[in-house]
Amino acid sequence: MPSKNAPSPTLGRLVNQSPWTINRRVISALLIREMLTRYGRNNIGFLWLFVEPMLFTILITLFWTATKTIHGSNIPIVAFALTGYSSLMMWRNMPNRALSAVTSNMSLLYHRQVTIMDIYTSRILLEFMAGTTSFVALGVIFYAFGWLTLPEDSLQVLGGWMLLAWFGAGLGLTVGGLSEKFDVVKKLWPPFAFLLFPLSGVAFIADALPPHMREIVLWLPMLNALEYLREGWFGSAMHAHYDVPYVMIFNLVLTFMGLSLVRQIGLDSSEVE
Amino acid sequence: MIRLINVCKDYETKAGPRRVLDSITLDINPGERVGILGRNGAGKSTLIRLISGAEQPTSGVIERNMSVSWPLAFSGGFQGSLTGADNVRFICRIYGVEFEPRLEFVEDFSQLGIYLNEPVANYSSGMRARLAFAISMTIDFDCYLIDEVMAVGDEAFRDRCKEELFVKRRDKAMLIVSHSHRYLKETCERYLLFREGRVDEFEDFNEVYFLYKQMLGEGFDNKEQMIAAMQQ
Repeated sequence: MPSKNAPSPTLGRLVNQSPWTINRRVISALLIREMLTRYGRNNIGFLWLFVEPMLFTILITLFWTATKTIHGSNIPIVAFALTGYSSLMMWRNMPNRALSAVTSNMSLLYHRQVTIMDIYTSRILLEFMAGTTSFVALGVIFYAFGWLTLPEDSLQVLGGWMLLAWFGAGLGLTVGGLSEKFDVVKKLWPPFAFLLFPLSGVAFIADALPPHMREIVLWLPMLNALEYLREGWFGSAMHAHYDVPYVMIFNLVLTFMGLSLVRQIGLDSSEVE
Repeated sequence: MIRLINVCKDYETKAGPRRVLDSITLDINPGERVGILGRNGAGKSTLIRLISGAEQPTSGVIERNMSVSWPLAFSGGFQGSLTGADNVRFICRIYGVEFEPRLEFVEDFSQLGIYLNEPVANYSSGMRARLAFAISMTIDFDCYLIDEVMAVGDEAFRDRCKEELFVKRRDKAMLIVSHSHRYLKETCERYLLFREGRVDEFEDFNEVYFLYKQMLGEGFDNKEQMIAAMQQ
């Protein structure tokens, strides 16, 4: 370690490192920065990650139990509400965070190692980590209270979760890339997401819909992925409707579209001096 | 060496695209100190942003065989809710250098004391500038970009900055944007004058400053008059 009197240029001598090392380092630095900014240092902010979905799950459960005599369905309601809300956190929050990610981090691009893709990767990764933590932690808590039975097929739940995460990431890149190109996207995405919210299966299963309605809403990839996930959790209590290859193709297209949009951001800057 | 070959940069304005830099070709050699003069909006900061890599040129190529700093003392990258120390840590992580010795250096150099552990949002603008400059000095680059920053802090701090930059780093290349003739004349060996998107190179300060002053419409009748005025 250099002493205080040594000429400071010996500090921080830059060594050449492989792009992959730099990439990983930058993304983890950005992740920590985002985490500190969003959740703060005292960990109280972190709690909100669980409070919101927990409230939602409890409210749905109460409502469902109160009206049980009317619908007479046998779906394990806590698992239903938990999977529904957690899926929403995947496909809605990732694009939310990707919106204007670059605008608000423009100044970081002065550091040559930081690329636009790093900014998106870290934001999406953080959202994935947050959503997964909340999903798993609430699952464990509800299970400990005896409100929830364990998944019938954990692998399928995991698969469904990954499909949702992939969809969220692809959508995030696409919406984020579009929002840098067209300002109006920043305004349009929130109402659009609000519109999709009731259709995405957060509060229903596809089997409960009339067939012609079901066919329309099953064009939504997140509903397919959620149905798949729910079948893995309590499949014997429901009849799931989904098309996994369809979701994968949709995700693939979204991802490529998102990546190419993000790539274009750096090229046509419209910032005025 | 940093080499710019036919670099153009356009910005979108309401009145259509505006060409800020028009096929610039220039070299910056290791250890060379280059002063940059030009009116506001002539493209000086744009050039700095292009060389730092924060923006891409509309056309042309920028080759870099040296490591290039971010614009010196640039505080725009600070996250207000993070503390000064957090921001140091962030920079160290990004550049992959060890944190402890740099924090010690920043503490020592910025003299922010206990404020280093306070959110940057609570800093005064002078404190921000001190932190920014100190952080800029923690990473060792081959070329430093200096965009109008030497006016920060009090006298003592400015002296320390000068020492840090021009004594300890006298072997580094520097690109210096400034309106202060004294400063440019003292430090630079070569000058770039920005005019309507074009860049001209000069070796002699008096010559470039004479043209620059004429351009501003505050020109002197001849160089002798200008030199006499500058010595006052």
